[in-house]
Amino acid sequence: MRIHSTQAGALLALLASGLTLVACHKNEAPPAPFPSTYSAPAAPALLITHATILTGTGRKLEDASLLMQDGKIVAVGEEVAPPPQVEVIDARGRWLTPGLIDAHSHLGVYPSPDVWATADGNEMVDPVTPGVWSEHAVWPQDPGFETARAGGITSLLVLPGSGNLIGGRGSVLKNVPSTSYQGMKYPGAPYSLKMACGENPKRVYGKDGNKAPMTRMGNVAGYRAAFAKAKEYLKKEEAGGVEERDLGMETLVGVLKGEILVQNHCYRADEMETMLDVAKEFGFKITTFHHAVEAYKIADRLAEEGVCGALWADWWGFKLEAFDGIRENIAMVDAAVSKDGARGCAIVHSDDPYGIQRLNQEAAKAMAAGRRAGYVIRDEDAIAWITSNPAKAIGIGELTGSLEPGKAADLVLWNGTPFSSYARPDRVYIDGVLRFDRYTPKPVESDFALGLAPPEEQEAGTPLTAPSAAIPSSAAPNAEASPTPAAPPPAAATSPSEPATTEPAAAAASETKP
Amino acid sequence: MNRHPWLRRARVLAPLALALALPAQAGLLAITNAKLYTVSGGALENATLLIRNDLIEAVGVGLTVPEGAKLIDAGGASITPGLFDAYTHIGLEEISGIDETRDDAGGNPRYSAALDVLDGLNPRSVLIPVNRIEGITQAMSAPTTGEGGPLLAGRGAVINLGQLGPQNFIARAHAAQFVPFGEAAMAQLHGGRPTVLLALREAFEEVRNGGHSGVQRDSLLGALDIEALRPVLNGEQPLVVDAQRAADIRALLKFAEDYGIKLVIHGGAEAHLLARELAEKQVPVILDPTYNLPIHFEALAARADAAAILHRAGVLLAFSAASDMGSHNSRNIRQLAGNAVAYGLPWSAALAAVTLNPAKVYGLDSTIGSLETGKQANFVIWDGDPLEVTSYPKQVYAAGVAIPMSSRQTQLRDRYLKR
Repeated sequence: MRIHSTQAGALLALLASGLTLVACHKNEAPPAPFPSTYSAPAAPALLITHATILTGTGRKLEDASLLMQDGKIVAVGEEVAPPPQVEVIDARGRWLTPGLIDAHSHLGVYPSPDVWATADGNEMVDPVTPGVWSEHAVWPQDPGFETARAGGITSLLVLPGSGNLIGGRGSVLKNVPSTSYQGMKYPGAPYSLKMACGENPKRVYGKDGNKAPMTRMGNVAGYRAAFAKAKEYLKKEEAGGVEERDLGMETLVGVLKGEILVQNHCYRADEMETMLDVAKEFGFKITTFHHAVEAYKIADRLAEEGVCGALWADWWGFKLEAFDGIRENIAMVDAAVSKDGARGCAIVHSDDPYGIQRLNQEAAKAMAAGRRAGYVIRDEDAIAWITSNPAKAIGIGELTGSLEPGKAADLVLWNGTPFSSYARPDRVYIDGVLRFDRYTPKPVESDFALGLAPPEEQEAGTPLTAPSAAIPSSAAPNAEASPTPAAPPPAAATSPSEPATTEPAAAAASETKP
Repeated sequence: MNRHPWLRRARVLAPLALALALPAQAGLLAITNAKLYTVSGGALENATLLIRNDLIEAVGVGLTVPEGAKLIDAGGASITPGLFDAYTHIGLEEISGIDETRDDAGGNPRYSAALDVLDGLNPRSVLIPVNRIEGITQAMSAPTTGEGGPLLAGRGAVINLGQLGPQNFIARAHAAQFVPFGEAAMAQLHGGRPTVLLALREAFEEVRNGGHSGVQRDSLLGALDIEALRPVLNGEQPLVVDAQRAADIRALLKFAEDYGIKLVIHGGAEAHLLARELAEKQVPVILDPTYNLPIHFEALAARADAAAILHRAGVLLAFSAASDMGSHNSRNIRQLAGNAVAYGLPWSAALAAVTLNPAKVYGLDSTIGSLETGKQANFVIWDGDPLEVTSYPKQVYAAGVAIPMSSRQTQLRDRYLKR
């Protein structure tokens, strides 16, 4: 049986604070409810060779290899000695990155189809609902999980919506098919608490409901009242005096103890500054500001406080608080440096069932905008925005998010550079298990989507695993048969002044077993 | 130099070699050493684009540049026609969530065919520079066909984003009539699809009969509505209908045939299931090629390679974002096009879907949409593959003029950038 980390953390905290406290409880603390039932199927050892590798730790390796075994990464480097009897993939022309991680998703709680019957992400009857958990509404049959997987997403944080000041708990999921969310729940990942600034709560309650909060004053009063109450609850709990469980307070106490991460939807710079002060007043930490279109205005403070910004590449203007969005936001958050020399923590998030399918392209846009503004951003830096940084921000940074020995073998094999309109994952591995293979057609995995549409046509090309198969490159456009020079391939369309991009060459892939 | 403000921003741009022939012949500009994606006539390497005033004078390889023309060496850079977004509300909305800034919604009468976006279009919209500096030189600015809005939503106009100021802002008034169908229209009429189609038929019966439906006793349409719908009934003005489900599109094809209406499908999540019929009947589809989820019950067969399927069948495709961000981020239509390529659409077809094809949909293809002699000189010099997310315009030209490459967003950036 697995002990969820929150539970483990709570036990440790109790032990650390003295056995007398433990003795105060007549009963042992019950096991954490809703435990993960995920376990990775056995995966054969696999060596991927000749790939361009972005490790997620700031390194780029050319013509390099990665060895995985038992669901973990064993070795990454230019020279990796293959163990006997290992399957080998020749990934010449392909890029290998950590599995992508979305720090802000509503897949499962706002699934497809989007109708009232499935809208389960906002408990908008009270602005403070810390007692609700997103996982209890996650519908594992949401077809969006598998389209996200085809886009390289291996883990994601599913959050409640932003209608409430305090919207409830979010859970980290592995992006694997399952009949229950427990089967997707990331073992060992902490919970997160969703909080929201600004227009949404005051619109939902004040404008549309004529009740508090009607203003940003009301918003802040609402957070403070909730945490003041939580402080009292914590005192009672520490004194062993809790007679009736309050599920909402249990969540907020988890935040005060540092066991539950705070994910704060907040757009404007001034509101983020206010929230940092609220957190200080009550002694908790905001892990990440989400959306934060004005993060660039306070990038230094965010770096100083060690708070991440989970951001869009270019969304703006859909609300007044999003009016000041700029393309350079992510690069500017990334470039900020604290007094201790810590670099800003920039994350590209989606908050969208379409955006989550191409987080790599969103990162590419942010990277290109940053470069144009004069920042030096290497591919190996930008990949962290969609891998190791979100992993850290949602509490799984020790387990996944980078290609390092000992970490989960969550990875994406791309048809070329991921920073491209034409980039597509050829293969996606989660814990070393092949979960998506572009050239091996599979029936749709969502029960809902089954039988709704004619099957997708098999893509031109042959499976990667076929011996001596020609690599079908992203450049399906290249195959156009119209008279030249009407349609040059995208690679040929680049100007000489542009840095050379790595378009997948039509090399041969072969699978060998030495 | 002043006519080329982008040169002053050289620190963020790859340098372009520039040669000035003196004295410059008035209004004559030659861009040499370019890779011209003409759209209408393929791609030309090491080619010259000759501009006289606001028009393209010549396009070709080895052109003789007239003496006195102002010369720009493109250094091999790619040039495309200015991009054209086939469906937006640019000029009609500033902040989506602030009603006071929205002129795209038509209230809630059943019919609002006479509504004219010209009465609300704002050439000073903040959205315009944000999108034009990224290559959008034309957009359809349409009345919203959202849930609860009128069934006949009114007339949209094609706008020129590159024109600085109100002169020449409108490329084509009354370019199309807009109509919701399916789920959005059902919400307006509190009925099912048959109710919606009946309401459409009643309206066009009334126009056909000169003011009386012959179906209902009272007139349904106002006099101005009837006048506004005549060009639609005559087949002169296209009827752009939001429709996703294959069955809905099939019903609309029959309806359009019955009334001789020039139909355009907007949305078209399941249009690929009727690709052959749409091609035969020459019905264009305005599509978001990234719309691949069964996010509505009318879009259960949505798929990522829909654009490729429709193109193979011969359907005229134009791209526009389906998201709520479609107007603010019209600039991302080339990302949509690039993604369509990643899912099998030929590259040149993808470029046409954001340039010449929308011009064809709205009857503007004789003046814009491609690099051809006699067309308006709207074009973009790119720093890379125009459909690549990492590429960006070096300079956008509208009617032969290099536009200032700044927007409120670049001003915000510069205010907060540490230098």
